[in-house]
Amino acid sequence: MEADTETQVLFERPQAMQPVRMHYCPGCTHGIVHRLLAEVMDEFDLVERSVGVAPVGCAVFAYEYFTCDMLEAAHGRAPAMATGVKRVRPDLFVFAYQGDGDLASIGIAETIHAAARGENISIIFINNAVFGMTGGQMAPTTLPGMRTSTTPEGRDLKLAGNPMRVCELLAALDGPAYLARVAVTNPRRVREAKRAIRRAFQAQLDELGFSLVEVLSTCPTRWGMPPLDALKWLDDNMVPYYPIKEFVVAEGLAEAE
Amino acid sequence: MTLARGERMLMRGNEAIGQAALDAGCRAYFGYPITPQNQIPDYMAAHMPEVGGVFLQAESEVAAINMVYGAAAAGVRTMTTSSSPGISLMQEGISYIAQSEVPCVIVNIMRGGSGLGNIAPAQSDYFQAVKGGGHGDYRTLVFAAWSVQELYDLTREAFDIADRYRSPVMVLGDALLGQMMEPIVLPEEVVDPDALPPKPWATDGAKGRPRRIVNSLYIEPLDLERMNRQLQARYDEAAEREVRCATEHLEDAKLALVAYGTAARVGISAIEQARAAGIPAGLFRPISLYPFPNRELARVAEQVDAILVAEMSLGQLVEDVRLAVDGSCPVHLYGRPGGVVPTPAEVVEQIERVMADTRG
Ligand SMILES: Cc1ncc(C[n+]2csc(CCOP(=O)(O)OP(=O)(O)O)c2C)c(N)n1
Ligand code: SF4
Repeated sequence: MEADTETQVLFERPQAMQPVRMHYCPGCTHGIVHRLLAEVMDEFDLVERSVGVAPVGCAVFAYEYFTCDMLEAAHGRAPAMATGVKRVRPDLFVFAYQGDGDLASIGIAETIHAAARGENISIIFINNAVFGMTGGQMAPTTLPGMRTSTTPEGRDLKLAGNPMRVCELLAALDGPAYLARVAVTNPRRVREAKRAIRRAFQAQLDELGFSLVEVLSTCPTRWGMPPLDALKWLDDNMVPYYPIKEFVVAEGLAEAE
Repeated sequence: MTLARGERMLMRGNEAIGQAALDAGCRAYFGYPITPQNQIPDYMAAHMPEVGGVFLQAESEVAAINMVYGAAAAGVRTMTTSSSPGISLMQEGISYIAQSEVPCVIVNIMRGGSGLGNIAPAQSDYFQAVKGGGHGDYRTLVFAAWSVQELYDLTREAFDIADRYRSPVMVLGDALLGQMMEPIVLPEEVVDPDALPPKPWATDGAKGRPRRIVNSLYIEPLDLERMNRQLQARYDEAAEREVRCATEHLEDAKLALVAYGTAARVGISAIEQARAAGIPAGLFRPISLYPFPNRELARVAEQVDAILVAEMSLGQLVEDVRLAVDGSCPVHLYGRPGGVVPTPAEVVEQIERVMADTRG
């Protein structure tokens, strides 16, 4: 083999990502999802025409990490804020990034109505089964029996009610054009997650309506586990409860590969 | 729709607000129905499409104000309207909008409170409007109309003021002003939103420029303090430039009646009756409630023997009056909460009582 003097770039920071250090805990999968989102923004060349909406939750600083215009919403209100932007500027690509407390607890009304309207926005939904930012309290997605700081004996369904499956809930509506649940626990799943994000973005670019990708995510810090154990715990416990699949794929959603 | 511009025509208060917004170049309206302001969303639904703007009925006032936040952040003149309980739900959003320095217009057609209260005219949201309403160190600039024409004029101007101070601006009316029909003259000129100055902070896509962030989070206390002071500096500037008030019969008055909105309408009738009976009373009517016409009222306080505050609430406006007057003359309160509109005769009775006290 000839010695190649020219260097070739095989891997670099996506254009859509700011060259800054993220604040996430070591082993937290928020970072992986940010990267996938940025890669897909690059693929579609969206940086100059995107507006992203950051949530209240561990991803509150998401507005620091993307090179597009960003908004910081009140807790749970990102879908309403994204709606406001998209309605006045349908030419812009508008996405929100939200945790399960943000999207499924305090903001469930905004989520359901944005989905029901078929609002042409894309939401990346991080389901890590806890409120990470505030110290690991119960989320609407906390599994039965799961210990959190507000369910110290494990989630008692009689007391704390049942977990919510957000994709299944939204799939009952006519508005969504793309709904999928993915995980980022191994390289194959990461690739599948990226494909789902791509399809969600494509749905918006094709003006098909509301799209949401739920990413099963780890919170090693609040789960009290080393990162690798957290990945395994997610695969063993969350995946059976929250099936990984595409729930809605609008007719006419072009396959963008 | 063809409107007879430049000529007197009859219009309902709520509809005048809608038309004022359209004429001001407002191109996005988000709202949730609530009596007594339902003619505004109806008007916007009918006429916003004619100018190519956005009308959306939100699922709640919480959603509506956050839609306003997003649309206004993208640089478009945006309005929401509601009545008291709905405005309460918007307070979180208003706090975020103020701290993020995003201009927008919010109209509150007040009804009786607290709680579900009733749908009668009231002024019980005075504190909520002028003291901030939501959490944090911010204010909304607040203007109160007393006629259909003034609802139009103030709503229209509110968009300019919002843009100038990058702040939410609130227009206050009440069930009476919103529902009543009055003659009004619409100006010939309307604002072309495309001709408005660019907003060099708007998040409308980072094309050929660095990205922009609309945000209210400042994790370092010194940074947040700096932002709070920046907002305060704007409010101070507004206090220099945007104070509005009107007076009637004050030249020789021994008693100044202080009232705004519907209470001032009742007040002027009462003053005319009192004058016919030989009592030298005059009206001081704040139009900007925040910034409050402190200096103007302080001057009046030096000239009269007493001040009577007439408000359709129970001791809200009177607090700002006392601050402005600062003890330089006695301040009396006549407050009617609960959606009660006092009659001119009742106000005259109060004027007579205060005059008797003052002489005694
Ligand atoms: C109105 C309001 N209520 C409560 C909070 C406190 N709070 C901040 S983040 C959060 C939950 C975040 O959990 P999640 O959305 O699951 O995100 P994560 O931190 O797990 O990524 C809460 C309750 C707040 N900021 N605002
Ligand atoms: S607390 Fe949990 S969700 Fe938040 S950054 Fe740490 S690991 Fe991630």
